[in-house]
Amino acid sequence: MKKFQLVLLVFIAIAIATLVSLMGSITTYETIASARQKEGKSVKLYVHLDHSQPMEYNPSRDPNFFTFYAADTLGNKTKVVCNFEKPIDFEKSDAIVITGSMHGQEFDIKNRDGILLKCPSKYKDDPAMAKKGLDQN
Amino acid sequence: MNYVGEHLLPGQIGHFFLIFSFAASFVATLAYYKATIAKDPDSEASWKRMARLAFRLNALAVLAIFSTIIYIISNHYFEYNYAWEHSSKSLPPQYLLACIWEAQEGSFLLWIIWQCILGLVLIRTSKKWEAPVMTIMSFGQLCLATMIIGIYVSNIKIGINPFLLVRQMEGFANAPIFNSADYLKIPQMQDGQGFNSLLQNYWVVIHPPVLFLGFASSIVPFAYAMAGIWKKDYSGWTRAALPWTLFAACVLGTGVMMGAAWAYEALSFGGFWSWDPVENASFVPWLVLVAGLHTQLAYRSTGHSLRATYFFLITSFVLVLYATFLTRSGILGDASVHAFVDSGMNLQLVLFILIFMIPGYVLFIKHYSKIPHIEKEERGYSREFWMFIGSLVLFLSSLFIITATSLPVLNKAFGTKWSVGEDNTFAYNRIEIFIAMLLGVLTAITQYLKYKDTDKKIFFRHLAIPTAVGMVVSILVSAFGNIHFDRYGTGYLVAIHIGIFAGIYAAVANAMYIWTGMNGKIQAAGASIAHFGFGIMLIGILLSTSKKELLSYNTTGINLPFDPKNKDKDPLENITLLKNVRTDMGHYWATFTGEDSTNETGNINYYHIRLQDKRSGELFELYPNLIKATKGMEGVSQNPDKHHYWDRDIFSYIQYASNLEKQSDTSQFRYFPISEKDTVFYSNGYLMLDKTVRDPDNDKYHFTSADTALMADVLIVSRDSTKYHARPLIYVKDDRLFTVPDTVFTQNLIVVLKGVEEGKPQIGIRESSSILPFVSLKAYVFPQINLLWLGTLVMIFGFVMSIIWRVRTSRI
Repeated sequence: MKKFQLVLLVFIAIAIATLVSLMGSITTYETIASARQKEGKSVKLYVHLDHSQPMEYNPSRDPNFFTFYAADTLGNKTKVVCNFEKPIDFEKSDAIVITGSMHGQEFDIKNRDGILLKCPSKYKDDPAMAKKGLDQN
Repeated sequence: MNYVGEHLLPGQIGHFFLIFSFAASFVATLAYYKATIAKDPDSEASWKRMARLAFRLNALAVLAIFSTIIYIISNHYFEYNYAWEHSSKSLPPQYLLACIWEAQEGSFLLWIIWQCILGLVLIRTSKKWEAPVMTIMSFGQLCLATMIIGIYVSNIKIGINPFLLVRQMEGFANAPIFNSADYLKIPQMQDGQGFNSLLQNYWVVIHPPVLFLGFASSIVPFAYAMAGIWKKDYSGWTRAALPWTLFAACVLGTGVMMGAAWAYEALSFGGFWSWDPVENASFVPWLVLVAGLHTQLAYRSTGHSLRATYFFLITSFVLVLYATFLTRSGILGDASVHAFVDSGMNLQLVLFILIFMIPGYVLFIKHYSKIPHIEKEERGYSREFWMFIGSLVLFLSSLFIITATSLPVLNKAFGTKWSVGEDNTFAYNRIEIFIAMLLGVLTAITQYLKYKDTDKKIFFRHLAIPTAVGMVVSILVSAFGNIHFDRYGTGYLVAIHIGIFAGIYAAVANAMYIWTGMNGKIQAAGASIAHFGFGIMLIGILLSTSKKELLSYNTTGINLPFDPKNKDKDPLENITLLKNVRTDMGHYWATFTGEDSTNETGNINYYHIRLQDKRSGELFELYPNLIKATKGMEGVSQNPDKHHYWDRDIFSYIQYASNLEKQSDTSQFRYFPISEKDTVFYSNGYLMLDKTVRDPDNDKYHFTSADTALMADVLIVSRDSTKYHARPLIYVKDDRLFTVPDTVFTQNLIVVLKGVEEGKPQIGIRESSSILPFVSLKAYVFPQINLLWLGTLVMIFGFVMSIIWRVRTSRI
């Protein structure tokens, strides 16, 4: 076998290996109901804030404890517990993506990266946000 | 309706030039195409003249478009959406340009401007390659022009016109304010929404232009490669294109690293790189471009790897287009913090990729067998072989990163629901650490190999010293560097140590090669210098990341909730600093001493955090700040502050501040009639009435027997057994009763003495969350972060030297 073919084979083998390893760290998007089925497994949820129930964040007592309620499009609701600060402007966001796992009735988020809010600069390109600026101000 | 006070002329001029530039680049494309396929020199020359004129007119039109936008913004014509949405009257002048590239249209315009300038340079320098290369450049220009032309073709929107009026914006047209003819007098039209205050930083002035110059210049090597196939001169272009490949790699790399520096300096992402999809999207084309650069060099010296060069250069430009799609289509909306929102141009963005990708790959495959290559394989001891391997490693890395980044696209295409898991950074790092090892070692040894073949004895003799030095240095670093990053297990820690060795080896070997291999011929040493910089970067990345240390680990106890469920949970990364209370924070004592707002517009709150090194006693202040958002948006953004040492940075930002929201304090006093030595519980412990003192005369109060005063001495014991004293007081003066409450700040507790009822003193307590100013702080140490920036600068410097060298040698 020629050297080039050997290199190519090794290359393909490694490429497949890395992609397989990538699959190992992949999670899936779930609904609140299906996340409850997979208790303890790390999942992503596409949810919106449930404003009907209170958020709890008391930084003077514990800056690393924050809870809120979220609902998905199917109408299921869950309490979400975070072991970090309340992201600034959190209450103003609507749809959010959260990464964590369901434990009992609570959805636990360990990492700050587990709540994805948009970088503020990008809100402005959102026509809905711009419209808001026009109407209120 | 006739609206009053609108300045419509600039918009009309602007839109005219938008269409003009589109038409001119169309003519340029066509004329250059004709010149390329012309059989006789006369018609070629005349087509070329026409094409040049068209391209130059296009450049003028672009200049006019740009000037018009500046004119509109600097005159505050808020009837224009661009001015209204992205600027305001109080916009500091240095951000006048920056607010133009805040939005999609403006950033496309920036790309167009750069591509115009590159085209003008190519017209002067590319000689016999001018016609085919400029055909592709002009065509690129044409495609970019459609992005901002803003016309409708049978209900399909093509591009976004930056000269639209607010009232012409989609969804705005029926807003009630436009029912009055003089709507411009309405307050919300008197000033713009302003330029995002978080972005108001010098990086926004320099990072986007450099990054877009990188994007724009990546088309040049692609155009040369295509021209080579088109003119069936499959290899001649590689010499002329080499400085361009170097230039594109240099500028794109600089742009990406500037983004990293910005993220580190000014944004609270807690680091310089987080493998965010948007970061990856511009990093991946760079990796492939660098792969192409190395195979192109190998081809220039040996005749090997030309096919690979074609493949890499085509792919890197396609990836630039793909990056454009990823960041602007809104498809990353659920995955990235920086991606733009869908602007309804997705089809156009996809076409933008396909229109270059399909012809590019089709031509490459069709002509593959005609592209010259050498039957005989590279030798094992040849430089070109290992350069090729290095390029493959780079390509492999890019393949991995782009696949992981493209999961949202795959989800859309195949209806799957995949996403990179909870620990995004580690998912990438655990693969990239191996890439770093391989690249480091390859970078170290490959320079010592000669092209074609190397005498083994000489090779090993030359490599022996650098290898020994590299080994010794890296063993010393590993032994005494305190690298104990075991969060992901021993295997990963070992990998980090090997990675550090690879970085050190690369730096040492390349530094020594400048003397041993090139006899100090410094003007040709650009590659060695760039590789040396790369090695230093690797060391900086690995050390700062693996030794990154959280200072603000919440160990104070006073603020921990007493919920056993939370005990084992990490990370408790924020520490609460009460005003003027010295708090234990890692190697430091931290005190929040106050805040002020001293910038001109008063929208930045600086928090003064005094840190004292526990060992050396050194005192310094950090001023992390919160920037109030621009009008039209709400809230604040966090802006970190750092204290720089040569070997580390202390990095901090405010997570929460008590003055952030004006809370209404609804807590109330609760009263307890208690006798001496009686106890009362509060939420975090209990308090006991120690004794009452008539007419006290002590350090706090000075009463005599002529007064009527009663002080209660209250002992407060919190759950962590800390004891506090509170001494509330009542006294009578001028027939009136006065109360003097006492506050225990750390317990958020206010204690009053209300009076005495039936012989029992009435003690009132109130627990309030807002009595004492405080901040929640996050603080890190980034050791050796400066190596990353130093390495970056050295690498850029090496690139620039190489460009100068190759331009000079390509003329000979």
